[in-house]
Amino acid sequence: MADDVRLGTEPLHAEELLATFRAGPDGAQVLFSGITRDHFEGRRVRFLEYEAYLPMAEAKLREVLDEARRRFGLGTAAVRHRIGRVPIGETSLLVAVSAPHRAAALEAAGFVVDRIKECVPIWKREHFDDSSSAWVEGKLKP
Amino acid sequence: MRVRVLLFAAYRELAGARETDVELPPGATVGALVATLRQRWPALPADAAVAVDREFAPRDRALHDGCEAALIPPVSGG
Repeated sequence: MADDVRLGTEPLHAEELLATFRAGPDGAQVLFSGITRDHFEGRRVRFLEYEAYLPMAEAKLREVLDEARRRFGLGTAAVRHRIGRVPIGETSLLVAVSAPHRAAALEAAGFVVDRIKECVPIWKREHFDDSSSAWVEGKLKP
Repeated sequence: MRVRVLLFAAYRELAGARETDVELPPGATVGALVATLRQRWPALPADAAVAVDREFAPRDRALHDGCEAALIPPVSGG
C-alpha cells in the first residue's frame, strides 16, 4: 500500500492522525510534530505562510519514506504538511512512523524530518510584526 | 520545442510570474534553459536548482518538447 502522504490547507491534529495510524506488528511508533514559532533571529513572527510544488512535493515525500524504509526497516508511515497561512503555535508538520524497535523508529523519524527540510519543494515565508516578510532560505540537498 | 516553466516562492516573486513558456532549439539542456530565463530575469541565480518533470535535473540534462521544468529555490519546509 502506498504511504499516507498529504499536503493541504486544513489545520493538522496529531490525535486525528494517530487515531487512524496502525503500527501493525511493530513494537515502536514515533510521532514528530512541528509547531510554528513566534520568533526568528530575534524578530517577532506574526504568522507563517507555506507554498509547495504540490505534485513534486508529494512524490519527494514518498521517495523519502522509501529511503527510510530501506535504511531503517520502517513499517507504517504517514506525513502531513500544512500549506498556506499558518498561525503561530499551530502544527505545520506531522510525521508518524513505526518500526520493529525503538532505535530504528526514532532514527527513521529524525531522518524523514531532516530530508523534508532538504529536498521536498516546500517554502516557508515569515511575516513579522512590523508587517515585513521574508522567505526562509533553507538548504537544498536533492 | 516548447518548455513550460514553473516558478516558486522567492523566484516566483523576483520574476513576477508563476509560469512561463520558453521556446528552445531541439535537444536544449537545463543549462540552456536557465541561461534563457536569466536573460529575461537577470536576478535569477545562475545556480538555481531545476526540476524536470518533477525530478531534480543536472545542467546537462536534455529537455524535451512539452516537458515541465520548475525552478526550485532553497527549500524550507517543516
